[in-house]
Formats: sequence, C-alpha cells, structure tokens
Amino acid sequence: MTTPQTPQTDTRPEAETHDEATTLLVEPSSLPPRERLLKTLLHSREISIFAVLVLVILAATVKNPGFVFSASGWRDLLLTPSMLLVLAAGQTVVIITRNVDLSVGSVLGLTAYMTGRLFIDHPGLPVISVFVAGLVVGAVLGLVNGLIVGWGKVPALVITLGTLYIYRGIVLTWAGSSQVNASDMPAGFLSLGTKQILSIPVLFVVAAVIVVAVGYVLQTARSGRELYAVGSDPDAAVLYGLPVRRRVIAAFVLSGALAGLAGVIYAARYGTVSSDAGTGIELQAVAAAVIGGVAIFGGSGTVWGAAIGAVLLVTINRALPMVGISDFWQQALVGALIIGAIVLDRVLANRQARTLIEARDEQ
Amino acid sequence: MSTTTYRAYAHPLWRRLLLTREAAVIALVVLVSMWAYSNVPYFGDTLTLTYLLLDTTTILLIALPMTLVVITGEIDLSVASVVGLSSATMGLLHEHGVGMALACVVALLVGVVCGALNGFLVGYVGLPSLAVTIGTLALYRGVAVGLLGTTAVTDFPKDWTSKASQVIGSSGIPSVMIVFAVLAVVFILLLHFTPFGRGVYDIGLSSEAATFSGVSAKRTKLVLFVLTGVVSALAGIYFTLRYGSARGDNATGLELQVIAAVLLGGVSIFGGRGRLPGVIAGVLLIGVISSALRLQGVTVNVISIIIGLLLVLSVISTPVLARLSDAAARRSRAKRSSAGPQTVVSQ
Repeated sequence: MTTPQTPQTDTRPEAETHDEATTLLVEPSSLPPRERLLKTLLHSREISIFAVLVLVILAATVKNPGFVFSASGWRDLLLTPSMLLVLAAGQTVVIITRNVDLSVGSVLGLTAYMTGRLFIDHPGLPVISVFVAGLVVGAVLGLVNGLIVGWGKVPALVITLGTLYIYRGIVLTWAGSSQVNASDMPAGFLSLGTKQILSIPVLFVVAAVIVVAVGYVLQTARSGRELYAVGSDPDAAVLYGLPVRRRVIAAFVLSGALAGLAGVIYAARYGTVSSDAGTGIELQAVAAAVIGGVAIFGGSGTVWGAAIGAVLLVTINRALPMVGISDFWQQALVGALIIGAIVLDRVLANRQARTLIEARDEQ
Repeated sequence: MSTTTYRAYAHPLWRRLLLTREAAVIALVVLVSMWAYSNVPYFGDTLTLTYLLLDTTTILLIALPMTLVVITGEIDLSVASVVGLSSATMGLLHEHGVGMALACVVALLVGVVCGALNGFLVGYVGLPSLAVTIGTLALYRGVAVGLLGTTAVTDFPKDWTSKASQVIGSSGIPSVMIVFAVLAVVFILLLHFTPFGRGVYDIGLSSEAATFSGVSAKRTKLVLFVLTGVVSALAGIYFTLRYGSARGDNATGLELQVIAAVLLGGVSIFGGRGRLPGVIAGVLLIGVISSALRLQGVTVNVISIIIGLLLVLSVISTPVLARLSDAAARRSRAKRSSAGPQTVVSQ
C-alpha cells in the first residue's frame, strides 16, 4: 500500500518488481479505452436486465403510447420507482458485505409515520427538516442492526428479522389505528411528490443522486472496494487487516438511513400514512438487487444493476395491464424474473470460471 | 470449538439435557403458561386453549419440515405462498364442482410440485435457497392471486369446515392436533432416529464432508423441499377450511413467523444445529405469549415487539453464553494448573 522510500528499493525499476511479484492470470486488455468500455458494457450483467426493461417499456408503449409519451405517463414512469430505488441502493451495499437487511420495510414505515407526526405536532416546520429527521432516525435504527450483527457475530438474517418485528411494533404502538392524512401535511411538502424540474420529478432526482453517489463510492472509493472484499471472503478480509466490523456496521447504517429517507419519500408521494406502510417491501428491495445481479452471498454486484432491477420490478407492475395481462399475474411474472435472473447469473459465472480455467491451462 | 463439544460430554446426561437451548425454551413455555394461568383471566378456559391451538396449527405444521430445511443450512421463504396457492387451488376446483376430497388431493400435489421446483433449483442447480425462495415466494403467490383474482370462495360444505375446528370430546384440544401429533412424531423419528436425519445434520455442518461420507446433499435437499411443500399445502387446506374461505392472499407474510419460531426454538441459521422439540416449544411460546397478552387487552403491536426481542435475544445469547463459558473454563484451567500436576495424578 505505502511505497517504501528507502534507496535500495528505489534502485529497482518499478515495472520489473511488478512482473516478478505477480503473474497475471488474465492479461490486461490491449484494446483502446473507448472500445474496452463498450466491450465491458456489452458483456456486463446489467445490460441484459436493462434490455428486458427496455423491452417491457417498448411493449407497453406500442400498445399505449401514453405509457411514455404523455405527461402523466412519463412522470409515473420515473416517479413510481423512486422509493424502491433508494431502498435497493441501501440493500445492495448490505448484501455485498454478505449480510441482508430485512428491517428496511419497518424502518420505512416508522419514518413515514414520523414525518406526518412531525408536521402535525410542529406546524410550520421547514420541509428539509423532515428529510434530515428521516435520515437520522433511519441511521440510528440501522446502527442498532449493525452493532448487533457486527459485535454479536450473529447472522444478519435473524437479527434484522427480529428488528423487523420490533420496529414495526414501535410504529404500531405509536400510530395505533390512527393514520396521517394529506391534509395534515403542508402543501409545500406534498407538492414534492409531483413537482418536476425540466419534466423530471424531484423525487426521482433525489433517488438518482443517491444511486449515483452510492454507486460511485462502491466502484471507486477504497471503503467501497473493501465492502466487496469483506463480502467475498470475510475471514480473508480480517487477515488482510481490513476493518471488517466497521465496514459492516457502516453498511447497515447506510441501509437504515436510506430506508429512513424512503419513508419520507413515501409520505410525500402517497400523502396518507398508516401504521402498516411499507410492510413486505423488504423482500422487494432484496428482489430488485437479486434481479440486478447482486449475488446474495456477497462480494459481487453493482448498485447500477440493482437500480435497473428496482425500476423493472415497478415498471412491469404498471406495464402488464397495458399489454392486456391482468395485473393479478404481475407477482407471478416478478417471481419468474427473479428465478430467471439467478439462473442467468449461475450460467454466466460458470462460463467465466471456464474461461479462467482455460486461460490458466494455456499457460 | 471442538474442545467445547467434548467438554460438554463430561457432564452427566441429565445435566447436558437441562443445559440445552430446547430445555430453556420448554421451561420458558411452562413458566409463561403458569404465570398466565394464575394471572390472566380466562387463560385457563378450555376455549382459550382451543383457539390458541387452532391459531398456531398452521405455523406448527410448517415449522416441522422447515426445521429440517434450516438444519441443512438452507431456508424456504415460499411456504406462505404455497399455503396461498393450495388454498386458491381448492377454491378454484370447488367452484368448478370438483369434489372436496379430490380438491384436497390436487392441492397437496400442487404442494409437491412447488417443493420439487424449489428443491431442484437449490439441490441440483445449486442456487442459493434464500434467493430462489424469494423468487418462488413471488411466483407461487402470483399464481395464486392470478388464479382467483380478488374473489374469495367461501361456500365450502359445512361438514368439511366444521371438521377443521372440531374439538376432541370436552378436552378443548382441536382434533386437527391429532394430525399434527402424527406428523410431529414422523418428523422427530425422521430427523433424530434415522440415517437420513443424521445426513441432514451432516449437510448442515459441512456439505462437502457429507458428500464424502455418502450422503447425497442434492437428493436430501430435494426431499426436504418437497416435504416442506406438501406440509405447507396441507396447512393451506387446514387454513382454508378453518376460516371457510379460499383466497389467493391467504397467509401472506406467514413465512417470517415460521422462520422466527424455528430460530427461537434453537435452530442455527447456519445449519447443523437444532432439535424438533425445541422448535415445537418455540412455536407454542409465541402462541402462549400472544394469547395471554391478547386476553389482557394488549394489542398486536406489543406482541410483535416481544417476538422480535425474543428472537434477537435468543440469537445473541448463544455467543454471549459461549464467551462466558469459555472464560469460566479458562479460569478453572488456570486454577488446576496452579494447583500443580500432583492433583491430576491422584485423581
């Protein structure tokens, strides 16, 4: 990591040490950067799922041009997936570390109700403050998950299943049978649900910024790359000296914070919040990540893929009635899609393994 | 790790049995029941017992095969959807004038097919069960909802629906518990007294080692997922008859309750550890707590907090207890070595 500054090592040319130290299994690509980028894109797992998304949108648009080419169609196309996009980004980060966060639906419900409650109890509250409150409360709830998983060395599936019940219980106790209605929230906040900048909904912009930011960190930042290392082999990551526990806790805090934000988005988008808001959405978030090529056992996958998966999940739901299939069948199709995606992943992984073995045998 | 296991055998059998997780859960069920019996009005009524058992039967049934699946290190999240699909199948067939007995058989066959698909993808294709069964959770539920839409079939014959909530004599115990008891005995024998059952534990501890010792992980997993499918379908038939209503969205979200009960009963999510009596006690614990609290007028929210807390505590108690017992062992070792080797020889 740190380059030694002693004169002895400086005398050796750098390229030579590199060659001696590592024999590369696969040669670095000799293609020019632009072609390489194109090739990577074409071979990426994300492109296949993106193609499916385009097909779905095309099919729906052919049947009903208003699906894309009307003001409301265009708005709904971008607005509906916003909430799931935010959740999927957080879920991806957690899954990459070989964990899972099932409590996001309950966190979402809690902050969604809290948002309404804040406006009722403190009229005249600036809109930005509920976003901050959602993020902070979500982060704290995520921290609880992360601390138990990180320090207790216990499976995240069980812990977050437990906190799913606990957090939901808190919302149920707090809200009881009451619900927050649109009239309880200021118009400035609710208009966020429909407001557009250059014909792009504000909430979608928020979600897109989050996806890009998380994706950028995962792809380039050292801490982001370390998450992949933790997920692909936790023991090796410990031996390598990575702060495994801290990274896992951070992943849960991020997932919680984003779920908290998604709760505020829920309140802005739907206007009414009851105590069961977001029930069951945790499995959709996991499904979005899985469809997008994030391996459930960690160490591989991108937020880009999960984001496309999230948009696909939501869009299929809206597209089915357009192409004449009863939307009762939507869930069945989603299920088939998830299974198709994991089978595809397995096929691609097998092919890659074969290529690597062939490359090794040729040497 | 291995030293801990061997050291455990240094204690007499009764002490080993008392110190297990199952014993703790069973003791907790007894304690909570006794507390509720003397403090909660109407808890001692036979009617309370009847409803407690009727309400937990679905989870009790599915928890049996689920335990075996979790012990192999896998998980099945699609069970509640199989309940829904079997219920929808029954409703659809009944609507089209098919006899009840045949409808039940077809519903069970649907369970076999659902389980076989899960088992094939997990066992033979080798895909992670968490991802596969999230997929089939959506798939089976989707087919169930697709078949029936939002309609509910409710005109089941009275003599069938009354059977579901029938009680044995004046005991207050529903007769469906006989079905459960038979299945429980079958599963306990299968898991704890057959080579197949040993294989289930072997796969959970190390799938590779199990393969080398002649256990077919593929076939075992297929069998277990099929069993889970069939029993879930059976639970679906019960669910339909008990509430007299077949709907595609019956039992939505039940899968997490089943998993919670199995884990509460002391089964390790990593596989290889856990026993059926503990799981049955785990389901009953949740049932008794919910029933007692509901009688006291406590609403569902507190119950969900308590279940969540129990789940988290039961899981983190294991590493904490292990650390404590390790520390105790180290202390006693240190004491022994300071006392000198003579004492060891004289023993």
